[in-house]
Amino acid sequence: MANKSYKARQVRRAIFERTFGIAILAMLSFWLIVNLIKAPSQFAEVTLIGLSNGVLYALIALGYTLVYGIIELINFAHGDLFMLGGLFSAHFIALWFHQTKSSPMGWLVFFLALISVMVFCAGVNVFIERFAYRRLRRAPKLAPLITAVGVSFMIQFVGLRWNGSGQKTWNSVLPHGSVMLGSVKLPYTTLISFAVTIPILIALTFIVTKTRQGKAMRATAQDQDASRLMGINVNGTIAFTFALGGALAGVAGLLFQQTRGLTSYNLGYQLGLIAFTSAVLGGIGNLQGAVLGAILIGLIQGLNDGLPIGLGQQWSQTVVFSILILLMVFKPAGLLGKQVTEKV
Amino acid sequence: MAISFLKRGEKKQKQSASARKWAISLTLIALAIWAFFTYFFDKTPDAVQSWFQVWLPPSTINESLVWVICALGLNIVVGYAGLLDLGFVAFWAFGGYTAGWFMSGFFHQVNIHFGSMSAKVIPGIHLSFWLVMIIAALIAGFFGIIIGAPTLRLKSDYLALVTLGFGEIIPQVFTNGENIGGFNLSNGTKGISPIDAIGVFGKRLGPFDLGWKFLIYFFLAACMVFVSLRIRGGRLGRAWLAIREDELAASMMGVPLMRTKLTAYAVGAFSGGIGGAVYATHVNGIFAERFNFSISIILLAMVVLGGMGNVWGVIIGALLMAWINATGLPAIGDTFNNTFHTAINFPSYNFLLFGGILVLMMLFKRDGILPEARLKMISHENDDEAANTGGH
Repeated sequence: MANKSYKARQVRRAIFERTFGIAILAMLSFWLIVNLIKAPSQFAEVTLIGLSNGVLYALIALGYTLVYGIIELINFAHGDLFMLGGLFSAHFIALWFHQTKSSPMGWLVFFLALISVMVFCAGVNVFIERFAYRRLRRAPKLAPLITAVGVSFMIQFVGLRWNGSGQKTWNSVLPHGSVMLGSVKLPYTTLISFAVTIPILIALTFIVTKTRQGKAMRATAQDQDASRLMGINVNGTIAFTFALGGALAGVAGLLFQQTRGLTSYNLGYQLGLIAFTSAVLGGIGNLQGAVLGAILIGLIQGLNDGLPIGLGQQWSQTVVFSILILLMVFKPAGLLGKQVTEKV
Repeated sequence: MAISFLKRGEKKQKQSASARKWAISLTLIALAIWAFFTYFFDKTPDAVQSWFQVWLPPSTINESLVWVICALGLNIVVGYAGLLDLGFVAFWAFGGYTAGWFMSGFFHQVNIHFGSMSAKVIPGIHLSFWLVMIIAALIAGFFGIIIGAPTLRLKSDYLALVTLGFGEIIPQVFTNGENIGGFNLSNGTKGISPIDAIGVFGKRLGPFDLGWKFLIYFFLAACMVFVSLRIRGGRLGRAWLAIREDELAASMMGVPLMRTKLTAYAVGAFSGGIGGAVYATHVNGIFAERFNFSISIILLAMVVLGGMGNVWGVIIGALLMAWINATGLPAIGDTFNNTFHTAINFPSYNFLLFGGILVLMMLFKRDGILPEARLKMISHENDDEAANTGGH
């Protein structure tokens, strides 16, 4: 009897969730259609901006998802690593190599900066893992989480010292101007963001699914003790995962700094939260999910900020975090994630 | 069997005796501070006065009591029930804006006076300070339940994230709240100021009546201590501790998980509301930009530093960090710069300080300054294993 009523409750709950989800989607599409009819060309431009934000978020979100997938830690310091990457590339290009204009030399330095920032951020992330998180791997869950918050503050301090307390603007070495597609402007910077990001995403997928190291990563994510018994170097694999995540954050930092031309010590916190929301939206621990979630969040944010009928930029954070909370309540496993029952 | 019961009884007696000792000594210290600042401060030599102005000004003492109230609330959520809450600033904001709405001339459309000492001709809602305390606590507690009810079935790290999101949304709502559908909810970035003076025994406390305010804040903090200690020993408190230590085992023993967690959340939010309203009277205004993430983190650092779950530890942690934040760091910096003729900007090191405290405490002294005996055993349960596997 009790079982039956429990089941009935489950079914009622499922129906409610489904209806609620459909209602939200219907409202969303109604809003989009109204805007599309009202201002079609603005709609297309805003969509492009949203997409280019989305790929940036994807790079950061992947770092969260990789780390969460392997040691179930929300690495709060990851967003700040992205900020550090942005600062590093700004100094690398503008101050150490004196490139402030778009020229072949500038593009070469951009390429060099891409590689150095990946190495730099990977190194920082591995360092953090080695000295802060590794000791706490078996501690109660609250301990590494609080440590991550602390590390995030320490990185922000480094940013504050390096960049100063205000925002700094930088000249980009990427070409200005844009291609016209019909009546829609497509800036070169957006194109370059895509050109850098997509090969990196493909390479990441290759590493995780096809290589020996990727196999070790997946095994460690499933069961650390069993992997150790199978001869996998668990500490090394986790360090490698942090290195991958750090490198991606570095790329995101470089792209952000070059396309928006600004750095600020508290940038990482905001963008990190948005990126984490994307990772959760897609289903945390799932690589494709992180990319999908990031692009969706980028689009929603871009559309909300830029469309004539929208809440506007000052509500941007509220929109993103409301999505996060609604998602947590109704579909905690995310769009592509599988619902797992907790093992005991 | 009988022996073990006896032992437990003795232990309980010992515990309550130690609590009494703590309570009495803290009260005596507080009264001494009050008496010193009210009666003897003016008679002391100038050198002593200026020393106190630099190292321990009365307003810092009052402010640290506000932090104590909030930290004790967060301690119930994080320390007792083991739920990581990273958005405590939201409740602080609710409490603050409640004081702003009901203790000022902000709603100038109406003219409601009840138990307030302000002149009857001034428009706005002017309620008694004590009534506003209760309303603020209830509003914050209500929102605590609203946000807690759907999210508390999540795992701990997801919960941390949802509370973080909540702590971002609420301050943004207040920052943008100047025009919500044509209604001015919060006066936006301009904030609400001034707040009505607190009235006690027919006396209006102006901005310089710090001694009286100190007594009021101390009384509220003492109430929080009393509530924390009493709940902890009771049925509800023991259920919280059980959930913190093993959720599954607790639910098998018949502890209703959702309801118990929700109560922890609501009680925490309740005290956050009180803290927010008290803070509003302390700074005599509400300013939206003050409600940011760092408040949540500083509170968390206080709880972690003092010792999660140990009321006395949390009080020490809160007093210490509030003092460092408000007075200690600038004062130490000035002294250092004057002695060594340097120009180091010490307050800019507070990021490093708070981050460093969190990391180092977690790495080397996970239980805080005054560890709670129960938690100490649990947090080192797996350490032997970790030494074998994670150490190399």
